[in-house]
Amino acid sequence: MIRFEKVYKRYPGSREALSGVDMQVDAGEMVFLTGPSGAGKSTMLKLIGLLERASSGQVLINGRNTAGIDRRQIPAFRRQIGMVFQDHKLLHDRSVFDNVALPLIITGTSAKDVGKRVRAALDQVGLLKAERLRPMMLSTGEQQRIGIARAVVSKPPLLIADEPTGNLDPDLSLEIMRLFTRFNEVGVTVVIASHDLALIEHLGNRRVALRDGRQEGTDSGA
Amino acid sequence: MARRPMAERRSKRPATPRRQTAAATRRGPAKPPTRVPFSAHGSHHLREFVGSLGRLAAQPLAALMTVAVIGIALALPAGLQLLVSNGRALSGQWDGAIEISVYLQQQVSAEQAAELVAQLQKDEAVAEVRLITAERALAEFRESSGFGAALDALPENPLPNLLLLKPAAGHDSANGVAALSERLREDLPADIVQADTEWVARFHAMLDVVRRVVALAGVMLALGVVLIVGNTIRLDIQNRRDEIEVAKLIGATDGFIRRPFLYTGFWYGLFGGLLALGLVGLSIAAMQEPVRRVAGLYGSGFDLIGPGMAGAGILLAASAILGWLGSWISATRNMRRIEPGN
Repeated sequence: MIRFEKVYKRYPGSREALSGVDMQVDAGEMVFLTGPSGAGKSTMLKLIGLLERASSGQVLINGRNTAGIDRRQIPAFRRQIGMVFQDHKLLHDRSVFDNVALPLIITGTSAKDVGKRVRAALDQVGLLKAERLRPMMLSTGEQQRIGIARAVVSKPPLLIADEPTGNLDPDLSLEIMRLFTRFNEVGVTVVIASHDLALIEHLGNRRVALRDGRQEGTDSGA
Repeated sequence: MARRPMAERRSKRPATPRRQTAAATRRGPAKPPTRVPFSAHGSHHLREFVGSLGRLAAQPLAALMTVAVIGIALALPAGLQLLVSNGRALSGQWDGAIEISVYLQQQVSAEQAAELVAQLQKDEAVAEVRLITAERALAEFRESSGFGAALDALPENPLPNLLLLKPAAGHDSANGVAALSERLREDLPADIVQADTEWVARFHAMLDVVRRVVALAGVMLALGVVLIVGNTIRLDIQNRRDEIEVAKLIGATDGFIRRPFLYTGFWYGLFGGLLALGLVGLSIAAMQEPVRRVAGLYGSGFDLIGPGMAGAGILLAASAILGWLGSWISATRNMRRIEPGN
């Protein structure tokens, strides 16, 4: 599903964020990227979502070299990936329903299907009742679940999440991670960047540990 | 549980994920629709179209300012254009009134003059010929001047026979009239062939200058409208940065993101055009009375003409297109700068 081959990434005017990373994630797998902040976890996710491009080396998604995807092809490419962010990136001037519906709207899904699928996604994250509310009226944990609903509503085969539990207390964090596990169980490939080692160990998935842009090792989990 | 059916559909995925998604990212038949089905497009377009209007209404003062600037910018060339078409209408009235006066030589008799009339009526450059005989001219003059007694004292009629010609269509331009006059001067036993077309020619020349000024002002102000709308849309885009970023993250195409801004630009242009039309209408109404008075002093029933349905349609279409164009350029340029992740 995802393959990194000797990937380097240097941001203009700063040190190397990734220094020759090799990594592979198989279809249907759930993998954690771990390491302290600045280790390169976010950069790896950005390379997967084509928010950034590798300075050298290859990033392959579904066997396709992402270097060959040009600007105009990026939208179609991103629709294959559900993205979840630490700060949720919800739009606060519209309802929860409209936020979750966005990925369906951009593909021109009919209004009837949008309603059905948005409610199904909200149901999966346990927030069916919140559809008419504004994101601001919800707690951080609930906002994150809305963000997850938006990421999965179009049923992408790949889900990536950057510190999805960064602002949450342990109980809420576990709840969010359980959601990801559940999506993984029905076949979605999941890659999560997180520094919450205790939680990750508890879940027991494979881990890719990073430090200073290098791979420290990969651990198949418990 | 309600989540069951979705989970089941999803569980079929791992069997063929590679083929499915690889094909999807390539340009194949299974590609997810970046091009949206037409009907879905239609309803979405309509919603965005109306929605963009709602957004303008949400900030009425700012929108009004932009519309006012566009309206004033467009009213100027529209008003000048109207001036030109009124000038043309006015000169059209004069053109129809062009007459060539042929004063025949004294020795030409009334009978000979009548023959000339018959001859000229066959001339294709002549639409109409009237003969005013020397006797009739004298009788008229006697009546209108009050010099009856003095005229009686004259040994003979001092007035010549006069032919009044109207040039035929196609020969009534300044050049045509001059050529016809020249020919008549050579062919006829005439003392004087007079066609006072010079001032009409001067008026046409001036009108041409004004028309050129209108065209230049029109181009510059149209450019101004594009810039005004462009700048407004640029600010709009800055205000909606988050929204654009999120849209890009979830795979919205540039076209999708640009669309609401295009509609906004369209509305700005259309409302600006309507305002311009209103301003022009008011100006005409304000000038109608004085113009009528001047025309009356010259014995003309000339009335100012308005832009008419066609003119109004052109103005509105042009303003809407300019708004659209301005927002397209601005949105395309400014959207590029917003990339998620930096």
